[in-house]
Amino acid sequence: MTFLGWLTIVLFAVILTALAIPFGSYLANVYTGKRVFLTPIFAAPERFLYKVLRVDPHREQDWKAYAKSLIIFSLAGWLLLYVILRTQDGFYVPHSLNPLGFESAPWNVTFNTVSSFTTNTNWQYYSGETTMSYLSQMIGLTVQNWLSAGVGIVVAVALIRGIVGRTGKSLGNFWQDLVRTILYVLAPLSVLIAIVLVSQGVIANFSNYLTVHTVTGLTQSIAMGPVASQEAIKMLGTNGGGFFNTNSAHPFENPTAFTNFFEMLVVLLIPAALVFAYGRMTGNRRQGYAIYATMMVMFLGAAAVAYIAEAHGSPAQHAAGLHTHVLAGSSGGNLEGKEQRFGIAGSALFDVVTTVTSCGAVNSAIESFTGIGGAVPFANLSASEVIFGGVGTGLYSILLYVLLAVFIGGLMVGRTPEWLGKKLEAREIKLAGLGILITPLAALLATALATASHAGRVSISKAAIGPQGFSETFYAYLSQANNNGSAFAGYTGFIQPNAGNVGSHGVTFADLLGGFVMVFARFAPILFALAVAGALAGKRVTPAGLGTMRTDNPTFVVLLIGVIILVGALTFFPALLLGPVVQGLTSHLY
Amino acid sequence: MRRDIITSAIGIIVLTILLGLAYPLLVTGVSQVAFPGNANGQQVHVAGKLVGSKIIGQAFADPKMKNGKVVEEKGAVVTEPDPRYFQTRPSATEGGADNAAASTFSNLGPNSKATEEAIAEHIKGYLELEGPYNPGLSAARVPVDAANSSGSGLDPEISQANARIQARRVASVRHLSLVTVDGLISKYTSDRGIGFSGEPGVNVLELNLAIDRLTGATR
Repeated sequence: MTFLGWLTIVLFAVILTALAIPFGSYLANVYTGKRVFLTPIFAAPERFLYKVLRVDPHREQDWKAYAKSLIIFSLAGWLLLYVILRTQDGFYVPHSLNPLGFESAPWNVTFNTVSSFTTNTNWQYYSGETTMSYLSQMIGLTVQNWLSAGVGIVVAVALIRGIVGRTGKSLGNFWQDLVRTILYVLAPLSVLIAIVLVSQGVIANFSNYLTVHTVTGLTQSIAMGPVASQEAIKMLGTNGGGFFNTNSAHPFENPTAFTNFFEMLVVLLIPAALVFAYGRMTGNRRQGYAIYATMMVMFLGAAAVAYIAEAHGSPAQHAAGLHTHVLAGSSGGNLEGKEQRFGIAGSALFDVVTTVTSCGAVNSAIESFTGIGGAVPFANLSASEVIFGGVGTGLYSILLYVLLAVFIGGLMVGRTPEWLGKKLEAREIKLAGLGILITPLAALLATALATASHAGRVSISKAAIGPQGFSETFYAYLSQANNNGSAFAGYTGFIQPNAGNVGSHGVTFADLLGGFVMVFARFAPILFALAVAGALAGKRVTPAGLGTMRTDNPTFVVLLIGVIILVGALTFFPALLLGPVVQGLTSHLY
Repeated sequence: MRRDIITSAIGIIVLTILLGLAYPLLVTGVSQVAFPGNANGQQVHVAGKLVGSKIIGQAFADPKMKNGKVVEEKGAVVTEPDPRYFQTRPSATEGGADNAAASTFSNLGPNSKATEEAIAEHIKGYLELEGPYNPGLSAARVPVDAANSSGSGLDPEISQANARIQARRVASVRHLSLVTVDGLISKYTSDRGIGFSGEPGVNVLELNLAIDRLTGATR
C-alpha cells in the first residue's frame, strides 16, 4: 500500500461529492419541470419528439399506467435488439460496418445478450471484438445502453414523486420522463465524455482491423471500431458492457490512469447526484444527505478492504516465490490480471466503483482478485446494489430499504411508522419486502440450480478447481440477478473455437437461466417499486410530531446500514462462506 | 395498451436512429477531425510502414526455429523473446501472446495451482533471459508486473523496476552504455494520472524504437 494509493481513494470521494451536489440540483429541476440552462436548446427537440411519438406529456399516469408503458417499451427494445443481433450478417449491413464479416451468434447466446443489455446488466458471454459487428455495437448495444439507463432513472423519479406526492395517484408521465432523461441528462454528458475520452486516447473510427508488421517482423492484428461513443454511455449509464472482451482493461477503452479516474467518476455521477436530487425533491435536503452518508460509509469500507487485500498479494504468487511488497519502481501486490498503468489502488477502486453500482465494467480480472479482494464485489452485490447502485435502480432500491428501516425502527419504539409525514401500512411494507427479497431469491435459486446440475457445471472453467469453481458460478448468477454484469470471466456460456463465429455455439443452460434471471430480477423489483410509489402517492401528510422517528440524522444512517447488512448477511452468508471466504482464509492451492 | 404499443414501436425506431446512428457518427466525426491520431489508435510508422500502436502491447519476439524450420503449436507460431529488445508483460490472449484482435484475461484464480505454475513459468523465463546480465537476480527480486499476466493481455507498459533490470541485457546486447539506456527509460516513462492516480509505466514500443534509432538497427 502506498500513500498515493490511499490519496486516490479519498480524493475520489471528495471530487465525486463536489460534482454530485450541484448536478443533483440540476436533476431535481429537470424532473420537477423547472427551467434549466439547457432548456433553450432542447425545448424544441423535446416537443418534436412528443409529436413523433404521439404522446401527450401532460397526461398523468398512475403507477399501473406508468408501469405498462415502461414494460411495453422495454419489450419493444428487446425484440428489436434480438432481430438486429440475429441478422448481423444480413443483406442490409454494409461491409464497412461489419468489416470482418462476423456471423450472428447462436440463438441462445443472443437471448442472453439481449436480455442483458435491455436490463442494464451488460453481462457478456460473447467477446466484442471477435463476434460483434460495428453496426451491432452501434444500433443494437449502444442504443440499449441509453434506454436501459433511462428506464432505471425514471423509475427512481416516479418513486420520489409517489413519496412526496400529496394529491391524487399520479406518478408523472413515463414518456416525458424518458425523453427528458435522454435529452437533458444523458445526451449532453455522453457527447462531452466521449470527446474527453478520445482526447486521452480512446479510439473512434470505422476502420478495418489494422494489420501491423511489428518491430521484430511478426504480424499483429489490432481491433478497431467506434469505441468512444459506446464507452461514454457505458460508464455514464452504469451499463458496463465493453466494446472489447477485456472491457476497461483494454488500452483502447481506458488508455491512461487519468481516464481510469475519470471513468470512475462518470460511473458514480448520476447515482450519487440522484440521491441529492431526492433530498431536494422531498423539500428536505438532509434526507438526501443521510442516504448519501449511508452509501459513502459502505463504499469507503469496501474500497479500503479491496485495496488492502490486493496490495497483500495472492497465495499463488507467494507459493511461486514472488515477493509482493512495494519496491522502488514497482507497485507490488497482486498484479495478475491488472494493468501496469492503473496499479493496485486504481484497479481495486475501479472494481468497487463498478460493483457497488450496476455498472459491472472491469479494468482488471475479478477472477484473479485475492479471496478477500474478490469477496468485496461479492459483498457489494449481496447488498443488492444499494451502495449508489445503478442509475436510478440504486436510489429506488435503497428507498425500499429506507422504508424497511423506518418500519423496523417504528417497531422498536412501538409507534406506527411514518416516513416523510406519511403513515406506512401493511401494503407498503409487504411490497417493499418483496421488492427487496426478489433479487437475492433469484440469485440463490439460480446458483443452486447451476451448481447441482451437470448442465450448469460445464460452464465452470477448467482451471477453477475447488472453491474457485463455486465462486465463478455464484458470482455469475449474483451478478446477473443484480443486473451488474461484471464476471469471474472464466465462467462460459459461449464457445468460439475460431474468431468470426464460425462453428461457435452457446451453452444453452447458462444462457437461458442467466437471461431469465436478468429479466425477472430487473422488472419484478421495478414493478414493486412503482407499486410502492402508487400506494404512497395518495396518502395524507401529517406534520411530524415529537415521537416521529427522524430519517435525516446519524442515528438513522446507522440503522439503515444495519438493515442493509443484516438482510444481505442473512441471505448470502452461507453461500459466501463456501466460495470467497474459504479462499481468503487459506493459503492452500487447489 | 394500443397507444403504448404504437408509441413504443415508433419510439424504439426513432431512438435507434438518434442514439445508434446519429450519436456515434457525431462523436466519431468530431473525433476524427479534432483528434485524428488518438481516434485511429495512435499508429506508429517507421519508414512509412505501420509497426504498431503506441498504446497496444506487442511481442518483441522471433519465431522459434528447429532444424531450420519454424516451430508451430496448435496452428500458431511459437516465438521466443528477442534479446535485443525490452519485453512486454506476460499476456494470456487467445491465439498467442499480445493478440490485439482478441483481448483476453488470464482468469487465473488466487488459490489455483494453475496460477502458481503460470507465475513460476514466467519467473523462470525472466530469470533465464535477464539472469546472465543481472548477477544475483532471484525470484524474490522479480517485479510483479514481469511475472503476472496483464489484464487486457495488451499492456503497453512495464514497471520502472522491470525496465531497469531489462536495461542491463539490452545495453549489453546492443553495445550501449547503461546510462544511455536508463536515460531513455526515464524519457519514455509516463507519469501517474493527474499526479497521484495509478502507477508510472515505461512504454515498451517507444523505448525499443528509440533504441533502434540510436543503434541504427534495421529490420
